[in-house]
Amino acid sequence: MKFGVIVFPGANCDRDIAYILRDILGQPTRMVWHEDSDLSDVDVVVVPGGFSYGDYLRCGAIAQFSPAMRSTVAHAKQGKQVMGICNGFQVLTEMGLLPGALVRNRDLHFVCDRIPMTVERNDLPWTQGYQQGQVITLPIAHGEGCYFADDDTIKSLEDNNQVLFRYCDANGKASDTANPNGSLNNIAGICNRAGNVLGMMPHPERAADAALGNTDGLALFKGLLEGLTSSAKVAA
Amino acid sequence: MAQSADAKAYNAKVYVTLRPSVLDPAGTAVRSGLSHMGYDNVSKVRIGKYIEVELTAESEVAAKSQLDKICDQLLANPVIENYRIEILEAVAV
Repeated sequence: MKFGVIVFPGANCDRDIAYILRDILGQPTRMVWHEDSDLSDVDVVVVPGGFSYGDYLRCGAIAQFSPAMRSTVAHAKQGKQVMGICNGFQVLTEMGLLPGALVRNRDLHFVCDRIPMTVERNDLPWTQGYQQGQVITLPIAHGEGCYFADDDTIKSLEDNNQVLFRYCDANGKASDTANPNGSLNNIAGICNRAGNVLGMMPHPERAADAALGNTDGLALFKGLLEGLTSSAKVAA
Repeated sequence: MAQSADAKAYNAKVYVTLRPSVLDPAGTAVRSGLSHMGYDNVSKVRIGKYIEVELTAESEVAAKSQLDKICDQLLANPVIENYRIEILEAVAV
């Protein structure tokens, strides 16, 4: 599988994820400058965390118009995989590849912590490395990670099982006190209706190297590789 | 965009506000600060953005139409925000 990591001015998690993909998982990975539009050789586009364009106007608002993101829309429309982490999630909602928006945290704090969350379903490549209902712990680090959408959108997300990760307490209960930022329905990560576009505020790439003391994020990448490799074989 | 020589200059004021259904924790924090200052008659504060845009257009209608697009596409996020535009013809200096 070949990965393309979009690099915006102000991105700061691009090399973290490239390290996991290249050095931990041994996958070919290309850094894609935001002014490049060619993604034809890439299987999975990663929109990394950080502060693209300084978070000016709104987080992710300006990044959506870059040539690389315009090509990412075409990539997603072909049914290929796109994942947005943190600021990448904000970019994907701003451009409409995912519904809703990420707004200021409920308590105004920038939250930098390790947070438990449940894996809501595991029948997609993104989460097939986990058990359904499994409680994992991933780092979060954001000031604008409160997931918001209107009632109809939330209902449609839940009805179509598009919530993949949900903040919870140590026992897997999605309570208000276990919600770090005020996200509606404790939403930490969602996919689009087709399931090929993932957006999540937590950072799996910061929990994928044993040297960092937590590898709960590694199963996401390993499951993704297995899922895409097996579907590629079926297609061939 | 191609415009004729008699295109006029306009100054636009764009007000972007959070939709009523979206919580505004920053506004709540400011209200709490005002309360600490003794302004306990202030019941609500909502914080938005004010953006000035200078542009040229064939007419005020054309300017408004373009600014609507600019707001829908970039200046406001319709999921969480509303916007209001005021347009004034720029006075020639």
